[in-house]
Amino acid sequence: MKILIVDDFSTMRRIIKNLLRDLGFTNTHEADDGVTALPMLKSGDFQFLVTDWNMPGMTGIDLLRAVRSDEKLATLPVLMVTAEAKRDQIIEAAQAGVNGYVVKPFTAQALKEKIEKIFERVG
Amino acid sequence: MASNIRIGSDNRLINPNSDLIAELKLCAKLLTEKLQSDQFEDASVLIQSMVQTRDHHMFQSVGKLTRGLHNAIVNFHVDADLTKMPPQIADSDIHDASSRLNYVMQLTQNAADRTMDMVDEAAPIAANLGQEARVLRAEWARLKRREMSADEFRGFYDRMSDFLEQMEVGTERLNKSLQNIVLEQGFQDLTGQVLKRVIGLIGDVEKDLVQLVLLAGHVEEVAGIAAPTADDKEMKVLIEKRKHEAEGPQINKTRDNVVAGQDEVDDLLSSLGF
Repeated sequence: MKILIVDDFSTMRRIIKNLLRDLGFTNTHEADDGVTALPMLKSGDFQFLVTDWNMPGMTGIDLLRAVRSDEKLATLPVLMVTAEAKRDQIIEAAQAGVNGYVVKPFTAQALKEKIEKIFERVG
Repeated sequence: MASNIRIGSDNRLINPNSDLIAELKLCAKLLTEKLQSDQFEDASVLIQSMVQTRDHHMFQSVGKLTRGLHNAIVNFHVDADLTKMPPQIADSDIHDASSRLNYVMQLTQNAADRTMDMVDEAAPIAANLGQEARVLRAEWARLKRREMSADEFRGFYDRMSDFLEQMEVGTERLNKSLQNIVLEQGFQDLTGQVLKRVIGLIGDVEKDLVQLVLLAGHVEEVAGIAAPTADDKEMKVLIEKRKHEAEGPQINKTRDNVVAGQDEVDDLLSSLGF
């Protein structure tokens, strides 16, 4: 499975990459914000997107909206991994069509659970 | 700047506008008397003087505000060239604070990178040793049950010897990595010192800003400009915008409208049908 990890901090991208590798997902790619992520998503056959919210350039919520409004990408499973913890934001992400929401700091277990749940539902 | 705010004997702040208000009240009383006794010329002179008093007071307040701003700029150590648009800020404390914070970011990033490098290096060593130990333990069990042929035993004998050597070299490297990881945590001390300094500066800036806002409030009051309230349209738009604005990690987990952890996120999402 080809996965794109979007976060402006390389440390966080690396942590997520390592956790995904432990879960058996080795085909991971990285982008540092929505602006770089979107063309990658459009041209590469990614099957899963993990994104942060707060990033310069294009934020994760805007990236999510762009993904959902793109004909080809509309059904791509998206997991938000972010420090943003306001209720209004979580509701906003849900309404924008997010498939899972993990707040930082997170445990390997929480990330694993959410990812498994998403794939269970998506099939 | 503190000299602009007087404190009464009961320790309450005295509104600097109170003298003006008292004088205006006195004039108003006189004005009513003059008007009632049909002394219109005197009344006109009184109105003139009231306007002058108010203007004079306002100019004074604006003067205080200007001086306050000047003091604030001096206190922030903002070394700005105000002749340029936008003002050029070079050697100010604020500028210094940003470079210090950038240094903190660089230091934490480097420490995180190097720590993860060392873990990446150590993890396969531990995994390999574990793997080999599992295989040898199974062989050892076979030996104890006398299920091993002489040929197999020779193989096992050599493998055991190799393993002990691997163990020695491997654990030495693991130890070194662990020690280096501990050393890497030294960033905590360095960044802590920098952050303390910046926190101090922010405290100073905040104090001066509060004084400025107080002064500006008095100018607004005497000039009859209403301060913005929570009912204002612009404020409402701002409040609504803040609800959705990205602001990074929440320091105060008990704040209204903020989730305290993953469990609350899950509860919220499941209440939305997730």
